[in-house]
Amino acid sequence: MTITRDDIIDFVYAEARILDEGRYDEWLALWLEDGHYWMPLDYKQTDPVGETSLLWEDNFMLRLRVERLNGERTFSQKPKSRCHHVIQRPFVDEFDAEAGRFVTNTSMHYVETRLDEQQLLALTAMHELKLVDGALRIANKKVELLNSDAAFRSIQLLP
Amino acid sequence: MKTSDARKLVHGHQVHRDVYTSHEVYVAEMRGVFTNAWIFVGHDSQTPNKGDYITTQIGDQPVIQVRHSDGEIYVLYNRCPHKGTKIAIDRQGNTGKFFRCPYHAWSFKTNGCLLAIPLKKGYTDTGLDQTESAKGLKPVGDVRVYGGFVFARLSETGISFEEFFGDSLSTIDNMLDRSPEGRLEIAGPPLRYMHNCNWKMLVENQTDTCHPMVAHESSAGTAIDIYKQMGEPQPRPPAMQIIAPFMSSYDFFEGMGIRTWPNGHGHTGVNMSIHSDYDAIPGYFEALSAVHGEEKAKAVLDENRHNTVYFPNIMVKGPLQQLRNFIPLGPDKTLVESYVYRLVGAPDRLVEMSAMYNRMINAPTSIVGHDDMEMYERAQEGLMANGLEWVNIQRLYEEGEDFSKEAVENGTTERQMRNQFDAWVKFMDWNGTAAGASE
Ligand code: FES
Ligand SMILES: [Fe+2]
Repeated sequence: MTITRDDIIDFVYAEARILDEGRYDEWLALWLEDGHYWMPLDYKQTDPVGETSLLWEDNFMLRLRVERLNGERTFSQKPKSRCHHVIQRPFVDEFDAEAGRFVTNTSMHYVETRLDEQQLLALTAMHELKLVDGALRIANKKVELLNSDAAFRSIQLLP
Repeated sequence: MKTSDARKLVHGHQVHRDVYTSHEVYVAEMRGVFTNAWIFVGHDSQTPNKGDYITTQIGDQPVIQVRHSDGEIYVLYNRCPHKGTKIAIDRQGNTGKFFRCPYHAWSFKTNGCLLAIPLKKGYTDTGLDQTESAKGLKPVGDVRVYGGFVFARLSETGISFEEFFGDSLSTIDNMLDRSPEGRLEIAGPPLRYMHNCNWKMLVENQTDTCHPMVAHESSAGTAIDIYKQMGEPQPRPPAMQIIAPFMSSYDFFEGMGIRTWPNGHGHTGVNMSIHSDYDAIPGYFEALSAVHGEEKAKAVLDENRHNTVYFPNIMVKGPLQQLRNFIPLGPDKTLVESYVYRLVGAPDRLVEMSAMYNRMINAPTSIVGHDDMEMYERAQEGLMANGLEWVNIQRLYEEGEDFSKEAVENGTTERQMRNQFDAWVKFMDWNGTAAGASE
């Protein structure tokens, strides 16, 4: 299968839609086992582990996050939160068809809401995608919040 | 409200809901507790060089921690003595040899002294030198740096640092002993998490050992379920070391023990704690033994204090080199800043463990944090219900408890919460003459 730039871009859009529709098991299935979801705390942070990040989650943690959302005793999700992504057309920063490796950079507005509260985050998402057995998968994802140093309230779902 | 009215709100085994909800009580505790007690400001490694400063708050008072040219740390009110403008706005920076007010350019040495005023001759014969404005940026009442941690007392007179903290400083000592060089250093900025609830709810929760297995079932319980489904692989995933112990049994928490010290300080995890079962970090014990000898190194690491509350508003987690600062922004608003520190001379893996704990437990993105915040905010809203006026902190209560002495109790006691309220009343109305007490 030959991957085009449009395939890469469509993938990023589709991921946002999967999250917005709360299809978290499908979302987990997009990931490669050893990938990390990174949300730096400090603007332009380079070290994800030697200082605190907002998120640096491996597959176990992402699965925990997702399974918790469905739990009977997940009180902070009674009632449930909902989210909404508005994304700009992703830039394809790296396109290596031979190696099956692609990197995108996408500006987004992410809205999360629960009860009477609504929170808006502006962010840039960087996806490292890999072609494995003919399908694109997320190898790593990094989300840089525009105001990562601000004092947030709970961010319960996934930008 | 008079600060002396505080004792009407605390009955030993129960406290009136107004202590969490009333604006008058909030104002009174800013003038009482946060003026008379010793309050955490920052760490000296946040201002390592001359002219380095950070801005923060002591209660509702804006302050600057700054390193002066003589190497000493000063804590100054962040308020221009001319017309009140905040001198520094950045959370941190370096001001060089002096602060300069951005409004009319009055300038001040880094110890606060007035350095210069533009067109100074306009003040000739006006008696400026007789005013408080001529003295420059006002320093707080007293400052002490202990093991790198900067504490300040706003009031110029009052309890000494040593008397206030007493033996509770052993938690900080243990944290320093864990560094082969006896020193800590800040490791990156703190997580900042905004809570719509009273600051005391967060502080009380630090020694509330009857909630983890209930409130955190959704995170810790689910982690354990997933691990089992996976066939319990070794080495354990980090989440299993850090999050799973929150599901420990009531028996476990009872056995952990709680120690209380005078003036509202206390800690959970006297005998062992949810931090006791972490995988050893290669090379660390060797590095520590080289300094302390094996026996002492073992004793240092066997101390697994879970949460140490330093009254009124910080928690220190010794085995993970963390500090959480609960900054009150109103009766129903609290900013939580969660810091991690590097043990100087220890393997990097240690600070990585601290950072991991911090983001897994204390982040606004953390599922464990979500569990707790949900409870505080439901309590804040629930306390508005009429008909029930009192909050119960009676668990393992004994008539006539003496908080002037150290005590070690069953780990599920609410004694430490009562201890905090005993201190709260005492510092609200320090000697019956709390500085600047307002109605
Ligand atoms: S207000 Fe600071 S110089 Fe005038
Ligand atoms: Fe908790």
